[in-house]
Amino acid sequence: MSLSRTIDTPEIEEALAAGTTIRKHVLDLDDFSREEIHDVMNSARSMKEVLGRDIKKVPALRGKVVVTLFYEASTRTRISFEEAGKVLSADVINMSASGSSTEKGESLLNTGLTIQAMGVDTIVIRHPHSGAPYLLAQELDTVNIINAGDGLHAHPTQALLDIYTVQDRLGGLEGKKIVIVGDVLHSRVARSDIWGFAKMGAKVVLSGPTTLMPPDLLLASNSIIQSTIGSLVEFDSDLDQAIEGADVVMALRLQQERQNAGFLPSLREYIRRWQVTDERLSRANPGALVMHPGPMNEGIEISNSIAHGGNSVIEDQVTNGVAVRMALLYHVTTGPTQLD
Amino acid sequence: MQERQIMNQEDVRRALTRVAHEILEHNRGAEDLVIVGIHTGGVHLARRIAASLREFEGIDVPVATLDVSLYRDDLGVRTQAQTKLQQTDIPSGIQGKSVVLVDDVLYTGRTIRAAMDALVDFGRPQQIQLAILLDRGHRELPIRADYVGQNLPTAIGERVKVRLLETDGRDEVALMLEGIHAEEETDVAE
Repeated sequence: MSLSRTIDTPEIEEALAAGTTIRKHVLDLDDFSREEIHDVMNSARSMKEVLGRDIKKVPALRGKVVVTLFYEASTRTRISFEEAGKVLSADVINMSASGSSTEKGESLLNTGLTIQAMGVDTIVIRHPHSGAPYLLAQELDTVNIINAGDGLHAHPTQALLDIYTVQDRLGGLEGKKIVIVGDVLHSRVARSDIWGFAKMGAKVVLSGPTTLMPPDLLLASNSIIQSTIGSLVEFDSDLDQAIEGADVVMALRLQQERQNAGFLPSLREYIRRWQVTDERLSRANPGALVMHPGPMNEGIEISNSIAHGGNSVIEDQVTNGVAVRMALLYHVTTGPTQLD
Repeated sequence: MQERQIMNQEDVRRALTRVAHEILEHNRGAEDLVIVGIHTGGVHLARRIAASLREFEGIDVPVATLDVSLYRDDLGVRTQAQTKLQQTDIPSGIQGKSVVLVDDVLYTGRTIRAAMDALVDFGRPQQIQLAILLDRGHRELPIRADYVGQNLPTAIGERVKVRLLETDGRDEVALMLEGIHAEEETDVAE
């Protein structure tokens, strides 16, 4: 086929008519089908091969510009995206709110429009307000948006790297029992993970203090969640019971600022009831994976020996994160940029 | 859609056998050879050529696979479905080796350009040769094949379909006849 000659728009229109989706933005996992998640996983596997080479560089995104726009502190996510972009030969520009025009009062939208006017192809955004990436996706015409964490809402790239890690280690997620422990209420990672894991056919059990559980996820009255993933998500505040037969145990960071906000009786009690320890892990399936989205508070939500023990795949998660983000950057940048 | 058969199962078998013999003749044996198949069709053909070399010379020639998507120059005009990545696997390395690239159809030459760019990221081969099942002409780059199964003059708008035992249940090369709307074209070469 003569794709190299001209921009073959009839072919692309045909592909669209045949139901091929063209993904422009990655905002959350709720609009990803299981097939599309599989596609991302396959691409990520190829990207991991690239990361294993002596020369870690491919020209795929040569001439593309990626801006990481971070309104919140981050090390792993920002560096992970920066490495992903650079390995694909994109030019990556890092921008953080401090030191930028944001300090002079520029709005998010105007910052976005400014970046768009500079001809940037993709914005990777982290923002403390839920929904901020959606605003940019809606208002900007030519820029792809990737959500790197928005408020309490979503962190889709983390969820995809978690899916990749489980699939890589256990061969798949179908029928696996995944226990997510801790502060689910304030965790955008947990929210995206729940969508992703359940979509891939895993059974998700949430455990932790009832005060740190999101009521919307647990209420039978929430029909959208009940009809899509509700049957696959359970809650059990007793971790010793919840962890029984688990294939994956994921500890969430107990954010220090929550400890004084009345969500917990005391830190000591939290540690006693919900820390992931050797003793508790022995109730899970042999070879169960221990995961943590980072950064960890060792000795609080997870014991030192578990964090660095044989079951821990926490460093795998970080490595896989680069491959998954490469796959996503590649996917959103492929194809005509001004389709809709 | 109407189509005209260019090669049948026997034609494909004979062409590949001859190509395998030519590779041995040209390289004076199969030492220091690596056969690299370009996804998807080229990978199957590479394995068959390696099997023939084993049969003729009793030497196991390493077979590698290459996905050139990340090296293409037409990323901006391809759809996401067309850019699904496949595994690149070069277990033996290519440093100092004679590499035989294998693909099903040679057309514009852009795939081969991308493949050569990809290969040199894995080392400095002593030389790179090219084996092709069908050369349909219309090169856009100064590239030619060292081993050709069959030459077929085509018009630019025509489409060539290669069916292989491994994916389609039979070996066949067919020319899609013009004037009829093309539907199935995802695995048409180039």
